[in-house]
Amino acid sequence: MKPHKVTAAAAAAAFVLSLAAAGCGSEDAADTSSGDEKITIGIKYDQPGVGLKTPDGKYTGFDVDVATYVAKELGHEPGDIEWKEAKSADRETLLQRGDVDFIAASYSITPEREQKVDFAGPYLLAHQDVLIRADDDTIKKPADLNDKKLCSVTGSTSAQNVKDEIAPKAQLQEYGGYSECLTGLENKVIDALTTDDSILAGYAAQSEFKGKFKLGGFKLSNENYGIGVQQGSDLKAQINTALEKMVEDGSWDAAVEKNFGPANYKNEPAPKIGVIVD
Amino acid sequence: MSSRSVLYDVPGPRAKKRNVLLTVLFLIALAALVWWVVQSLADKNQLEWVKWRPFFTDSRAWSTYLLPGLENTLIAASLAMVIALPLGALFGIARLSEHWWVRSTAGIVVEFFRAIPVLILMLFANAAYSEFTDISPDSRPLYAVVTGLVLYNASVLAEIVRAGILSLPSGQSDAAKAIGMRKSQVMRHVLLPQSVTAMLPAIVSQLVVIVKDTALGGALLGFSELLASVRPMSANYGANTIASFTVVAVVFVVLNFALTSFASWLESRLRRGKRSTGAVVGADAVDQLATPGERVSHDDLGGAGGTSST
Amino acid sequence: MFDFLKGYDLLAAFWVTVQLTFYSAVGSLIWGTVLAAMRVSPVPLMRGFGTAYVNVVRNIPLTVVIVFTSLGLFQTLGVTLGAADFTTINFRLAVLGLTAYTSSFVCEALRSGINTVPVGQTEAARAIGLNFPQVLRLIVLPQAFRSVVGPLASVLIALTKNTTVAAAIGVAEAAALMRVMIENEAQLILISAIFAFGFICLTLPTGLFLGWVSKKVSVRR
Repeated sequence: MKPHKVTAAAAAAAFVLSLAAAGCGSEDAADTSSGDEKITIGIKYDQPGVGLKTPDGKYTGFDVDVATYVAKELGHEPGDIEWKEAKSADRETLLQRGDVDFIAASYSITPEREQKVDFAGPYLLAHQDVLIRADDDTIKKPADLNDKKLCSVTGSTSAQNVKDEIAPKAQLQEYGGYSECLTGLENKVIDALTTDDSILAGYAAQSEFKGKFKLGGFKLSNENYGIGVQQGSDLKAQINTALEKMVEDGSWDAAVEKNFGPANYKNEPAPKIGVIVD
Repeated sequence: MSSRSVLYDVPGPRAKKRNVLLTVLFLIALAALVWWVVQSLADKNQLEWVKWRPFFTDSRAWSTYLLPGLENTLIAASLAMVIALPLGALFGIARLSEHWWVRSTAGIVVEFFRAIPVLILMLFANAAYSEFTDISPDSRPLYAVVTGLVLYNASVLAEIVRAGILSLPSGQSDAAKAIGMRKSQVMRHVLLPQSVTAMLPAIVSQLVVIVKDTALGGALLGFSELLASVRPMSANYGANTIASFTVVAVVFVVLNFALTSFASWLESRLRRGKRSTGAVVGADAVDQLATPGERVSHDDLGGAGGTSST
Repeated sequence: MFDFLKGYDLLAAFWVTVQLTFYSAVGSLIWGTVLAAMRVSPVPLMRGFGTAYVNVVRNIPLTVVIVFTSLGLFQTLGVTLGAADFTTINFRLAVLGLTAYTSSFVCEALRSGINTVPVGQTEAARAIGLNFPQVLRLIVLPQAFRSVVGPLASVLIALTKNTTVAAAIGVAEAAALMRVMIENEAQLILISAIFAFGFICLTLPTGLFLGWVSKKVSVRR
């Protein structure tokens, strides 16, 4: 996913902010990175299957499971993790200011971002894809998207790419968040929702939507999800070790199955650390 | 209702019959509309209990999404009001200054911010904070929303303050000057205290405008206020967009209706009051004061003998 | 200094703003008049409906109304207002939302205009034998319209400023373009100044002109 500055800021989720906490949060976070007490991790709050804040105030999703595993390897019990919302537009700033120790928030490794922050991983190879209604047989290959109605989040480059390169005649509706697109998709006003397949799979796997949507499986791009850390941080090496261990002991497969399984998501094998697929 | 006596006589037998007929016809039209809405909603499965249940049986829908959102709406609105009031008072008084340069500077500032959409001010503030300051991304939307609201509403409040001072009988400042008070004393001890009372209904009405405008931050700046809680709710409860919107709208209406009713209660109390000067800046004046170039005329102020427009 | 403006069609964006304002103004004038007629009608049920409509709509943020037209009416109920492509649909939905919201203010302006006509005037008119349409046409409306110019001008200007909310559902008007430009260009202050200037050009002359008109036609009592 490559949402852009302002827009993704619009992709907000419920989040109580207090002025006081925001004011002094930065110093706290920087101190705890090496200790065995609190650790602050940035995740998405509004992407089911990837990073979601649930009604009872818990957090679920693949990113959350990976982050929890990594934190444990770094010496932090799950109870010591302080979750923080990392909206797409804010991710680099959060790391540079030291508001969070690391970020696992469907964060694709790109050359532009690497100039500002360091990435551990990648820990998942995702692709841009489309989500369509399960009973829609008219979209079998990317070219079928021509004449169709696409939806994506404002400022995201993924939908614009499809329109520019694959389906010039497609119509594009943009909203602040993916759940708005799903409403239209469910009611046949929208034909396809496009973004990373991991996020799409997360939505399709929700119990309310089970059986209603399917993935196109088009692999329109490669998105290497990495864990963002402050530039020059020692954490990068430690997180890489943790990620390797997670794949070895089978926790990685379990997390994929748990979060994306119900959507019939055909995930790529666990990526090798440091290998970016272009 | 006074309007009735303006336009109609007390209905006679024929008028009564006609009114009954109109009532029935209107009732049928209304019922058809309601039936169409319900039918379309049912067609799209929007009336399924699953989509509405979270708001009635799951207290977590309130404690996790709606109430924190409402809290942020109220925080932003009250911060904006608290900051905008003294600023507005300052500019309102400056517009009554005897020095032309103070008057005109204040006038230009006030007219400028009244002429620009509050959304433009918020977008600017948001970008400016991210570019020129070190405010954390968490609190930046709040800062941007409050800044936009303050800039706009301070200029509206400036007009309310000015109107409030002008609404006082001129005998008040004449008498104060006659007993030898200086200009600043007249303002501080005589005019301001009385005009504050006169302005109260208009200020409460302006609070409604502020509460409504916070929703802009939710839709366009990523501020986690009440409207923004629709997104995580529909992400968690299976795209129950209509249900979430309805609940959010109802909360807004209840909140604002309470404020509006409070404003009219204040207004009628002040108009009846025996101890005050009877000067009131009515809640209705607020709509007009949001307009650049528009001033409240003495007709609108409705002193003790004036007719109320509400 | 103004090189960065290349590639952005400022005039087109402000033209959309003007169009939004125009269509919504016409719509709200019509629907607002109907509502006002209901609120002063002798039928209690109509009065009740008018009052309820105004009180509910005035207390909902415009943003909620506009976003609802897109997500509720369009995405959920499939209301397209007779258009086929998203751009036109979004534009019409925005006009619909702005009309629904603004008409409640138009209604209140008209109603208070009618209320400014002293009761004695209509009583006198009825006493000399004028019937209801005559009272309305010859006595009440001419006076009401003149006292209503000022408040309606305020509503029109508020509407012009409110069209920016349509950015929330992807209508390519001025505020939407400003967002894109702030995003992609560095000259934040200059960009903001340009858009501020654009809106001042739209609102200030309208306000001054209609303010002048309203003073000119106002009824001195």
